[in-house]
Amino acid sequence: MSATATATGTPTGKPTGGIVVRDVLKQFPGVVANHDVNITIRPGTVHALIGENGAGKSTLMKILYGVQRPDAGTIEVDGVPVHFASPTDAIKVGIGMVFQHFMLADNLTVLENVVLGSEKLHGIGDEARAEIVRISDAYGFGLDPDELVEGLGVGQRQRIEILKVLYRGAQIIILDEPTAVLVPQEVDALFSNLRELRDSGHTILFISHKLDEVLAIADDITVMRRGATVGEADPKTATKQQLAELMVGTELPSPETAESTVTDHVLLSVRDVGLVDERGRALLKDISFDIRRGEVLGIAGVEGNGQEELVETIMGMMRHGSGHSTGHILLDGTDIHGWDTRDRREAGIAFIPADRHRHGLLLDFPLWENRVLGHQTRPPASNGYFITRGAARESAEQIVRDYDVRTPSINTNARALSGGNQQKFIVGREMSGNPVLLIASHPTRGVDIGAQAAIWEHIKRARREGLAVLLISADLDELIGLSDTIEVILRGELVGTFDPQSVTPQQLGTAMTGGKSTDEGGSR
Amino acid sequence: MSSAKIVRAVAQALIAPLIAVLISALITSIVVVIAGASVGDFWDVMLKVPSHRNLVNIINQSSMIFLAGLAAAIGFRMNLFNIGVEGQYTLAGYTAALVAGAAWFPGKLNVLVALLVAMAVGALWAGIAGLLKVTRGVSEVISTIMLNAIAGTLVGYLLSNHGDQYGQGRRTTPIPASSQLKGWTPWSVTDGAIWTLVLVAILAGIVMAVVINRSRFGFDLRATGANADAAVASGVNVKKMVVVSMLISGAVAGLIWMPALFGGADYYGPPFQRTLGFTGIAVALLGRNRPLGIMFGAVLFAWLSEQANPLGLIADISPSVVQITQGVVVLAVVIAYEVVRRSMAALEQRELRNALEAEGAPA
Repeated sequence: MSATATATGTPTGKPTGGIVVRDVLKQFPGVVANHDVNITIRPGTVHALIGENGAGKSTLMKILYGVQRPDAGTIEVDGVPVHFASPTDAIKVGIGMVFQHFMLADNLTVLENVVLGSEKLHGIGDEARAEIVRISDAYGFGLDPDELVEGLGVGQRQRIEILKVLYRGAQIIILDEPTAVLVPQEVDALFSNLRELRDSGHTILFISHKLDEVLAIADDITVMRRGATVGEADPKTATKQQLAELMVGTELPSPETAESTVTDHVLLSVRDVGLVDERGRALLKDISFDIRRGEVLGIAGVEGNGQEELVETIMGMMRHGSGHSTGHILLDGTDIHGWDTRDRREAGIAFIPADRHRHGLLLDFPLWENRVLGHQTRPPASNGYFITRGAARESAEQIVRDYDVRTPSINTNARALSGGNQQKFIVGREMSGNPVLLIASHPTRGVDIGAQAAIWEHIKRARREGLAVLLISADLDELIGLSDTIEVILRGELVGTFDPQSVTPQQLGTAMTGGKSTDEGGSR
Repeated sequence: MSSAKIVRAVAQALIAPLIAVLISALITSIVVVIAGASVGDFWDVMLKVPSHRNLVNIINQSSMIFLAGLAAAIGFRMNLFNIGVEGQYTLAGYTAALVAGAAWFPGKLNVLVALLVAMAVGALWAGIAGLLKVTRGVSEVISTIMLNAIAGTLVGYLLSNHGDQYGQGRRTTPIPASSQLKGWTPWSVTDGAIWTLVLVAILAGIVMAVVINRSRFGFDLRATGANADAAVASGVNVKKMVVVSMLISGAVAGLIWMPALFGGADYYGPPFQRTLGFTGIAVALLGRNRPLGIMFGAVLFAWLSEQANPLGLIADISPSVVQITQGVVVLAVVIAYEVVRRSMAALEQRELRNALEAEGAPA
């Protein structure tokens, strides 16, 4: 394969396109998105960058593609320091990027999509067509330049995106979670395309959190956690377990809980809950568990295995067209399946969403109005018909005091606060509604260490006060430290129950990635 | 601190529209120069103190434009683009004129019934678009534009087949004298009367301000507009909100022409004033969907249209030049607001940092 690829006009001698990133720092107001980032990408290799969501992968990627500028640190391409003011500069030195969400016009042909924006390179006619056919043949893309994009499948669309990047002369290709949208056969096809690209001298930066795939394709692996690069691994010798451990970390201060407060009173009972999407694919299957008053149930799992769907099903947030759920959800003995979200909230479900900007806050509203959000029907925020401003403001002041939210006033817009302070305010708000059940989804993601400790303390207090808590987290230390029971979710199914007293992160990592658990982790 | 805050809030509210008005005045002046007329003459006409008759007209027109702006703004506040105000008030105006003309009820009761009918018809017509959106996923922009065309054709058909012959055209039966509202004549009778139902517009503005800013429904509406996902997570039933706000928007739209109907139009026929619905959209944008802002926009638009009438006679410029002013002011205000909003947000961020550093606490 590599022999045929060399006949295509791409550099055949020593591969170029090595990148060295040193001590890159990138801060956003109140958040350090990247710090101590060091990567050496050897030319002519597939380099995988792995880490959980929020670990800083996308920020780094944006820096490499010129979308963001680093506050400190250096980037060298082939030994030459580079400073990108925009993606145009990155393209000039041969860096191209394939985004997760395709940017293609359905009603244009492959040719038209490829030349769009680069009409000056090879024109828009036969010369461009010849170039596209050449690239497509060289790497086995099998694309017809005159076919309409609307008739093409996801795998083919992705190849068009890669072709677009090659057409513009990229030597280094950044792929952002390219397999997220593909079925297994398409993943295999993509990987063989990538190998051909590598063998012809291209350098590929492959971003993912799917460990199997990373081990299958990568020549080198760099792991990111909490904004920094924390380690490298050799895919020939590394195991999934080791990678998982590197990704979620083990050295953080342990959030250990005190003695058990678990009671016999079952507060939330989830029975045989299933969920299928509009194409009939199962997102959740036969999910059953109980949470008692005073109990924290932790759900461990690699991101994207149904955690989000499970939370949205319990909250009643599944939108029209995104599938329908089956089974029963009993809150203190009452079946709430079929209730809408407001009824569930009024019944005492508090919710700390995984994505606070998307689901938890009105960023351009002042803090006191954010106190009302989710409590529109209940005092002190409202009397049912009108917002009771005075009482809502008083309650917001109380939250700011009790939960140590650092803000000049409750009239400050939520957007101005740092991530940790936003999250503390959300925790305070949700706890102010006298809940019986707390659903906390990645409650400490993207917050600083201080806020993390405070939020752990609040969850422990909730447990002491007799709430039932459902905790979803990608941070195994957090799960082991806070939970009374841990369930592992894999591909929408609960695959194992563990006792946090005795389980190790390694055992959880094995169960999360579908490996055989060695000892006490009993399978359901 | 707090007094500085108030000053800033007022400045923030006024700066953007002021900049926008100045920019549009500048651009209009350039157009006037290019057209070969005198800028001095143009502004003399536009800015001269309105006569009593002009004032009455400005107030009356403002009330209808204001209602149209309110109707559009209710949807806009939750990112629901009701472009169908035009069709809603056309159909509602016709139906209400028909009912009032039939005089099933005596005197003032007839007026009240006609108002309710107008609101119901406007709400129903807008509700079609709301239902299509939540059940079939049809964009309300498309459906309301189509419903505009259907409403216009429908009214034309009904009028030409069932209307009374009147001169060259047809009209609905005029409302009985007992249902005509004399209005308020602050000056001489020849200067005209301010319509009684201008009060309805004022009332609608107050109700809307209270509902949007103070009520739970208003909070849900604003939350949905600001962040639909967060609204869903907070328990807002977005589908229900879409239908309900379309109904309310349509009901207010139904009222638009009512002040004119009972203030002297007397029947629906060829003199019916069209395009108020589209003016309302522009005014809602200009007023940033806030009742006070919309009022300012409505008065500005009514002033420009009324004062422009003698332009052709006095300054030798087509009165339609003010449409450029109106168009530019809407564009300019959108840009000016965004610029002001961003600089204010940056200011707030800086202040927050300073406050926290002064406190000695790590942010």
